[in-house]
Amino acid sequence: MRVVVDLNRCQAYAQCCYAAPERFVLQGDEILVYDPAPPASDRAAIDRAVQACPVRAIRVEHDALAERAA
Amino acid sequence: MTDASDGTLFAQVRDSANRADPYPLYARLRVRPVARQDDGTFVASGYAAIRALLHDPRVSSEDLPPAEHPPTGNPVKDWIVNPLKDWVTDRHRPFIFRDPPDHGLLRRQVMGQFTIARVQGMKRRTEGLVAQCLERCAGSRHFDLVDDLAYPLPVTVICELLGVPREDEPRFHAWATQLATALEPESRHDEALRARNTETFDAIADYMRDLIREKRRAPRDDMLSGLATAKDPQAGRMSDPDLIATAILLLIAGHETTVNLITNGMLTLLRRPRELARLRADPERAPRVIEELLRYEPPVHFRTRVARAPIPVAGTVIPEGAPLVLLFAAGNRDPARFPDPDRFDPDRADNQHFGFGGALHYCVGAPLARIEAEAALTALAARLSNPRLAEDPPPYRPGASLRGPKRLLLHIDGIG
Amino acid sequence: MRDGTIVVAGASLAGLRGAEALRAHGFAGRLILVGDEPHLAYDRPPLSKHVLTGEVAPGATTLPGVGALEAEWRLGVKALGLDRAGRTLLLADGERLAFDRLLIATGARARPWPAPEEARLSGVHTLRSRDDAASLAAGLAARPRRVLILGAGFIGCEAASSIRALGLPVTVVDPEPAPLAQALGSVIGGFVAGRMEAAGVDVRLGARVTHLEGDRAVRRARLADGGTIEADLVVVALGAVRNTGWLAGAGLRADEGGLSSDGACRALDEAGRPDEAIFAAGDVARFPHPLYGHRPVALEHWGNAVAQGAHAARAMLHGADAVGAYAELPAFWSSQFGLNIKSLGLTEGADAVAIVQGSPRAGRFLAVYGRAGRTIAAVSVNAGRWLPAYEGPIRDGAPFPPITGGADQPDPEPVPPGLPSREAA
Repeated sequence: MRVVVDLNRCQAYAQCCYAAPERFVLQGDEILVYDPAPPASDRAAIDRAVQACPVRAIRVEHDALAERAA
Repeated sequence: MTDASDGTLFAQVRDSANRADPYPLYARLRVRPVARQDDGTFVASGYAAIRALLHDPRVSSEDLPPAEHPPTGNPVKDWIVNPLKDWVTDRHRPFIFRDPPDHGLLRRQVMGQFTIARVQGMKRRTEGLVAQCLERCAGSRHFDLVDDLAYPLPVTVICELLGVPREDEPRFHAWATQLATALEPESRHDEALRARNTETFDAIADYMRDLIREKRRAPRDDMLSGLATAKDPQAGRMSDPDLIATAILLLIAGHETTVNLITNGMLTLLRRPRELARLRADPERAPRVIEELLRYEPPVHFRTRVARAPIPVAGTVIPEGAPLVLLFAAGNRDPARFPDPDRFDPDRADNQHFGFGGALHYCVGAPLARIEAEAALTALAARLSNPRLAEDPPPYRPGASLRGPKRLLLHIDGIG
Repeated sequence: MRDGTIVVAGASLAGLRGAEALRAHGFAGRLILVGDEPHLAYDRPPLSKHVLTGEVAPGATTLPGVGALEAEWRLGVKALGLDRAGRTLLLADGERLAFDRLLIATGARARPWPAPEEARLSGVHTLRSRDDAASLAAGLAARPRRVLILGAGFIGCEAASSIRALGLPVTVVDPEPAPLAQALGSVIGGFVAGRMEAAGVDVRLGARVTHLEGDRAVRRARLADGGTIEADLVVVALGAVRNTGWLAGAGLRADEGGLSSDGACRALDEAGRPDEAIFAAGDVARFPHPLYGHRPVALEHWGNAVAQGAHAARAMLHGADAVGAYAELPAFWSSQFGLNIKSLGLTEGADAVAIVQGSPRAGRFLAVYGRAGRTIAAVSVNAGRWLPAYEGPIRDGAPFPPITGGADQPDPEPVPPGLPSREAA
């Protein structure tokens, strides 16, 4: 998967960190660190993070080829 | 009289006759995104206006002690300016009724205990609790979603997170039910009700005081132990009054709201059997379904604030001191923000709803609410056989803000 | 326009988002993206942050969208020239791409150390591309004795933060009196300087490096005052220059500061007339911003690349009149030394700054910038949820300071922001 977060929009609500704690982490008060290339097996957790973001700042692209291979 | 100048619309919203479907009133209110009501209250119902006000530092959540806000005789205004003043002294205000910088310090301490590990840890447990509730009803042809599932679940979850001993849980159920009535403006008219709420507040405060002492003596791995023993680098140790206020807040806030999310959610799905079937076939739709429910039928319809200074917004100026209502449920249906807003559509893109409020006071318990709603709705979709609404609309509890059915009777063929 | 051929010169963020917008708005013709790097479009902001700390692999930052886009990619091929009359783009491998519309999104490159032979010393790095970041990360993995960073702009400060997080000794040299002075002024920059020093960075302000010394590998830097700094790894973080050299002779108004374009993103010819077929977006585009008196600005902002790419795409398909003038509120973020810094508007030309919410002592605050009594920008430090309140006042040019009487608001005392004069910069 490919993930990018629009950090202009992000307001550090941390909902993604609860939804997919392996892939999104807040450092300090509001610095978001995320995995831009999570494995396809994380699809459900990443989808939860996308949906839960109050400002819809997370964009994901599923890699069709990689997932077919997996 | 044109709709826009009808200064009684918010009074009509609070009228229980309109509880089952307040949305036409919201549409009329939105004609003026920020509308002055006859009693001097300003109601924000347009999406853009609500968003602007949520972030505006002049919009205050401070609930000041009675001495600083003598009653005006206008019950709605008094309630907004000072919702808990019958019970709360200046030192007993939870962070939901505080402004920065105090708010930030208190909230940070709570967030420090509302850890990802604790919340994630409740996921399995919540699924287990839902299964238990359904087991209890096995063999029955009737199911009251409120009493049989939506009501008991959140209290148990929050009690376990806080670290309330299991044997004390029944008392919490009763207290939570009672105190929810204090959050509605109409409670101020009812002297008997106010007296009962005061008693309840005292009882729960006494209980918490003892429990916190016990947690300090023998800390366990729970939120209350953490709050009672942790030391914030800036704020230091949380005071007993703050701790008690926080614990009570978490109990109440995590309770009625989640009941409503689950109950309104199932009601919405039962009215749209196709959506219920889709969720049953694909439980991974749950996050989308829940976000759309939070927009379409939010558990909290409005929150109140006070203007600390004149605020220009949406072509009007809210004067200093004016009570202010942020009508989230109306903003969530604003056609200027959401295409076809009255359609329930889990596949909606860009669903930035106010279901958990927003800005500094964004719901602390949102991740927990999502977990509970997902566990409940996916299990109900999967296991209830041929569920039908026994009455539509169902009877509602009195609350206009924390709005939800008093009961939701379902006919079922069985529980799988 | 629905059919024909659209070429996008530049296959990074602005080019990718522009191409996506073309498809989203119904363009069904041939779409070709040309990029000088061999990589699919990737995200740059992590390169100076979590890529340097090793939390994110340099190759992991490919952007969402590259997979689904129906387009032909020409990667690892530079655009060499533009034949405007013939509507043809010339590529380094000799290919000539005819187009009906061209989107120029060739971005910018790191401004190199001015002495080429010194810049070639091993251990001297710039930081702009994924390959730069990988090379710098490899250099850091060899545990240099001291890292010297030339320039305390955002890239320099972010790199300093990341490299300190690795436990390496870091010196930052900048001629201004504070870090981030160009963007934020020395008042807010001074707060960041305190955090840098607390993190153990050796901050040398008001200082200028004149020479890098060493044989084959860099050993030390010589300062204008005669002093030296021993360092075996140097990061040159002196800003960026726009990639417009390949447009020489095309008859467009272009230089190191950007390619001039109008509000509809159309490139301007030397006489200042818009070319109806050639558009510009992202770092390379220098456009008149309506919020700032139509002053031409070129923004190196992630959000600008996204929004302007899309705006240009709509203008290409529907015409300049249909889209109106591009007026996205400038916005950026930076994270460093535990601080999340977010900005709205442009501070350029500000004559006053006031801390209007929170306080530096509490570690979170919001600062507003004014110019001639009007609000032009706002910067939040660890207070991102306060920032949206200032969107409206900046857009409206509200009286400065814009919001008073709120919670946690000190009596704002505007002071000069300490922005360097353009000449000095």
